[in-house]
Amino acid sequence: MALRTLASKKTLSFALGGAARSLAASARWVTTVTLPDLSYDFGALEPAISGEIMRLHHQKHHATYVANYNKALEQLDAAVAKGDASAVVQLQGAIKFNGGGHVNHSIFWKNLKPISEGGGEPPHGKLGWAIDEDFGSFEALVKKINAEGAALQGSGWVWLALDKEAKRLSVETTANQDPLVTKGASLVPLLGIDVWEHAYYLQYKNVRPDYLNNIWKVMNWKYAGEVYENVLA
Amino acid sequence: MRIRIARHTEMAASPLHLRLLPSPPAGVNLQRRQLRSGIERKGGLSRKFPKVVCYYSLTTPPYKLDALEPYMSRRTVELHWAKHHQGYVDGLNKQLATSPLYGYTLEELIKEAYNNGNPLPEYNNAAQVWNHHFFWESMQPEGGGLPEGGVLQQIEKDFGSFTNFREEFIRSALQLLGSGWVWLVLKRNERKLSVVHTRNAISPLAFGDIPIINLDLWEHAYYLDYKDDRRTYVTNFMDHLISWHTVTLRMMRAESFVNLGEPNIPVA
Ligand SMILES: [Fe+2]
Ligand SMILES: [Fe+2]
Repeated sequence: MALRTLASKKTLSFALGGAARSLAASARWVTTVTLPDLSYDFGALEPAISGEIMRLHHQKHHATYVANYNKALEQLDAAVAKGDASAVVQLQGAIKFNGGGHVNHSIFWKNLKPISEGGGEPPHGKLGWAIDEDFGSFEALVKKINAEGAALQGSGWVWLALDKEAKRLSVETTANQDPLVTKGASLVPLLGIDVWEHAYYLQYKNVRPDYLNNIWKVMNWKYAGEVYENVLA
Repeated sequence: MRIRIARHTEMAASPLHLRLLPSPPAGVNLQRRQLRSGIERKGGLSRKFPKVVCYYSLTTPPYKLDALEPYMSRRTVELHWAKHHQGYVDGLNKQLATSPLYGYTLEELIKEAYNNGNPLPEYNNAAQVWNHHFFWESMQPEGGGLPEGGVLQQIEKDFGSFTNFREEFIRSALQLLGSGWVWLVLKRNERKLSVVHTRNAISPLAFGDIPIINLDLWEHAYYLDYKDDRRTYVTNFMDHLISWHTVTLRMMRAESFVNLGEPNIPVA
């Protein structure tokens, strides 16, 4: 897929600052984030997730989190340089929300895979065993995630988490764009499912449970299994 | 603000009709004290009154479902009302069938179930039933424009100008991260109008403020029509949908709780 957006890796503040600020500015070069490309076409997850949803979700929602996160980083940089503590603190909300939005969606895209490329194939190997051990069965895990995702009030995420210290799997939910790490420093996301209405509304309307049922058909368990093994290696 | 229209029936002062059971179960007040006990939660209300299926009912928007077009499509209103709003009503009634919360008006139920910030399971549905009912009546076809006399004066007094109010409402709506509501409320203690936003189902009723207008900021309220463009949705609400007529009625009602004028001491 050829869509590449937000190519600029460095912030505008440097470019706009001009020669007069160049030395000072270059010493505080802000590293920004970019919108990652998808490894599949927008329409490749149909019929589980429509191409229109994928396009808006990636090109509008995720792109906005990236833009606002970068903006907040620049403001943070300026506030830190000025020693303006209250401005630094005030930016935390925007950083958490937009930075979290970027982190969460970046994981989400990797969690999905077209059926023709192996999407929906249940986990094998060590992760498969661990799921059986911690949840009883793969079906029990799916049921638990679906139930917690459907019960989540408002906007948020439902996760399959690995506690890298306890070496145990769990299902977690986070509100809005809070990343999984806000639930515990040792939690690593293996799967994250976006249950914001924008993730399914155009196709599933108010029926979030149908969206949750269908997303398993395009779940990239291979990715989750690799993360699992890398973390515990 | 002083509005000199007689307060009467049109006010929709307590618009949600509580369908009470034929008579309250004996000892219901005693039971309330034991509210949090698990045994009571599974209580026998439904066994004693097996025929009751509905405690609160779905109210209908006071206009045709396509009447808000093009700013809010028929499809959006249909789904929002017949699926989301109805879903909250059904969910609440289902919960109440086995709940010790009994015999409240919906507003009282919201306050009770909010439980000082530790919401009981019934809270979300109860508040969302009320929020949506209030939302439908916050809009009208060919709404927008300027508020009526006394309301305009009060807004100018509390926000500096109508433009300031409009901008603050839009800004507050955009500042809410995630799902929730933006409100114009009358603050009881400060005796002034104020714009606030709340998360998910949270209602300012629970903090003792008097809601005057609300706008649904859950994505289901605007996604079909506006996609991710919340700003245009909120702006169109303010310019074309908000019912200043409703605001006038609600302010009149609010004035029976909050004195917005100078103390009016009768001459002896
Ligand atoms: Fe999303
Ligand atoms: Fe809604």
